[in-house]
Amino acid sequence: MPRNEQLALPGFDDWQAAYDKQLPDGKTVRNRSGIEVQPMYTPADWDGNQYEDKLGYPGTAPFTRGIYPTMHRGRTWSQRQLIGLGIPKQYNERLHRMLKAGTSAISMIPCNSIYRGLDADQCDPLILGTCGTIINTVDDMETCLDGIPIDEISTALNDPLPFTMLAQVLTVAERRQIPWTKISGTANQSDYISHFVANHMFYRLALPGSRRVLLDHIEFAREKVPNWNPMSVVGQHMQQAGATPAEAMAFTLSTAIQNTEDCLSRGMDLEDVLTRFTFFFDISVSFFEEVAKFRAGRRIWARIVRDRFGISSEKAQRFKFHGQTSGVDLTRQQPLNNIARVTAQAIAGIFGGLQSLHTDSFDEVLSTPTEDAARIAIATQNILREEAHLTDVIDPLGGSYYIERLTDQMEEEIVALMEKIDDLGGMYKAVESGWVQGKIGASAMAFQDRITHGDETIVGVNAYQVDSEVELPVKPLDRPAPEDIEAFIENLAKYKRNRDQDAVDRALDDLGDIANDNKRNTFEGVVNASRAGATQSETIAVLRAELGFGQPLVVA
Amino acid sequence: MSEVTNLVRPAKVLVTKIGLDGHDRGSRIVAAALRDAGLEVVYTAPWQEIPTVAKLALEEDVDVIGVSSLATDHLLVPKLMKELHKAGLDYVKVIVGGIVPDNEEQDLLDAGVARVFHPGADMADIVGTVQSLAGEAQNDAARQL
Repeated sequence: MPRNEQLALPGFDDWQAAYDKQLPDGKTVRNRSGIEVQPMYTPADWDGNQYEDKLGYPGTAPFTRGIYPTMHRGRTWSQRQLIGLGIPKQYNERLHRMLKAGTSAISMIPCNSIYRGLDADQCDPLILGTCGTIINTVDDMETCLDGIPIDEISTALNDPLPFTMLAQVLTVAERRQIPWTKISGTANQSDYISHFVANHMFYRLALPGSRRVLLDHIEFAREKVPNWNPMSVVGQHMQQAGATPAEAMAFTLSTAIQNTEDCLSRGMDLEDVLTRFTFFFDISVSFFEEVAKFRAGRRIWARIVRDRFGISSEKAQRFKFHGQTSGVDLTRQQPLNNIARVTAQAIAGIFGGLQSLHTDSFDEVLSTPTEDAARIAIATQNILREEAHLTDVIDPLGGSYYIERLTDQMEEEIVALMEKIDDLGGMYKAVESGWVQGKIGASAMAFQDRITHGDETIVGVNAYQVDSEVELPVKPLDRPAPEDIEAFIENLAKYKRNRDQDAVDRALDDLGDIANDNKRNTFEGVVNASRAGATQSETIAVLRAELGFGQPLVVA
Repeated sequence: MSEVTNLVRPAKVLVTKIGLDGHDRGSRIVAAALRDAGLEVVYTAPWQEIPTVAKLALEEDVDVIGVSSLATDHLLVPKLMKELHKAGLDYVKVIVGGIVPDNEEQDLLDAGVARVFHPGADMADIVGTVQSLAGEAQNDAARQL
């Protein structure tokens, strides 16, 4: 909505004249999404009479001010730090330490070899366990979770489809006689589309197979693991790969629409399944833009669920999201400055109304986070909540003429992009054709150009450089000890020798049959394979053979 | 770095990723910048096997290989250097860009890597370095014949 002259207050023109006089060459300022930002906002920019319609109250549609009535006053956010290094025993020790330090939920990142669907005996040992934990079998998962009450705290798994990690967790639960109904948490990034367009990390099956296996997983979870959130729609990778905040939100919401339509075509109960949708976003250092992005996203999603899918349940309209501070914003130069960046990003996420938060360690641009740096990242959250009192007031920026105007503008930008994707036939088609990848690449290039030309200042990179860097107080992380990796590989061989090979073969054969029968559920077969003792690689190999693998689409 | 040499033919560079990681924002941007600067660029999808990279370098007759590594795949680069040596490609210059911890940079240089670029590197510096390394590579290749 353009500026409303009827709402203009006396004195505005005088201010404008004074401003122009003192700043005759004032530059046009645009945010990362390309929206022009004014030097000041007044009631003429945002009509307070729209309050009921556009904002309402926290916990009621359109949820602009938050999805729960009490928001961070009632329950703050989960401190969900991603961790994962080395072998399962090391992961378990670190998890115990982090829970003691205040982390309130389990988060698990497997080694990159697992993303590729490879077991430890199929990779170069040099890079095993350097980016995540090596988890090949249900025994590995059991070690990771030793002494952890998985029936009491929630678990977030970076678990690429076909979701072998969840299958292992469910098998561990069986071994401990914990009913699956007590397992709660989230399949972080179960959304294959985001990986397909942005970073190829969770690329374990080609697109059509991925689409089916995701739906099987959602269906299975809704029936048997009722407190599991099987659908995490992701914008994080796309923004990290270069998408603007508006593009990342638009692509994510269009992905969520695609997934909802797919669930509908499977005959699932949308009201039920939508209550289990979660979202995962990047939080850049572009502070106000990020706050507006999240507020706009909440409002758009509520409207889509209500109007496009006809679901009136407000519970199903809630846009629950996890935020991770942006690693791309961090600099290798003067790395301690990253603590300040992460702080600003985290505040944007908190003011944006997130449900859980990962704060990056300042040294992520140097290596996998060291323990000292990870502790500072958690402390940052504690300081913001306890000392800075950021949670005293719900949606504290709500009502700011700027934030409200910007929220409207971000909404317009996001909706326009989503309409384009609808025109292309939906997100799946837009991705298959490479259109989305092209947009992300172009935005990445445009941002790089802004840095090169000095239009975007990055402290320590293209401005405020220093000759001598501060010595880092923490030392770079050691790599996993080669003897640990060797022992892991030997253990894997022993595991394979000692298991009931007939049972494994039967389970894998059955999985192959399931893959060829659209009426059966692949995740059922994946859980059976885990239970029988198959490794994650053996499980994926069967699905690749039956459903296809192919290569990632690279768009120049 | 030695003096900039006149190129016998346009510089040709292979931009690739080895190992397990798939993040390609950096490799795409660098490839585009090199192409825009007039270099001939051969670009691959991520997850290349080391022998494949050596084979590609030979077949495409490249002067420089740029390896992008965001998630510890740089640890494999010394193995790539050995493979290039085995293939008789000692003259090909290798640069690495991405997240390389300080305490591991020297290992790469010792293995024969010409230069490591870290996050925030100046694009003009990258392009200039590649051009100059390509000149050296072409000279060295001529000498090797």
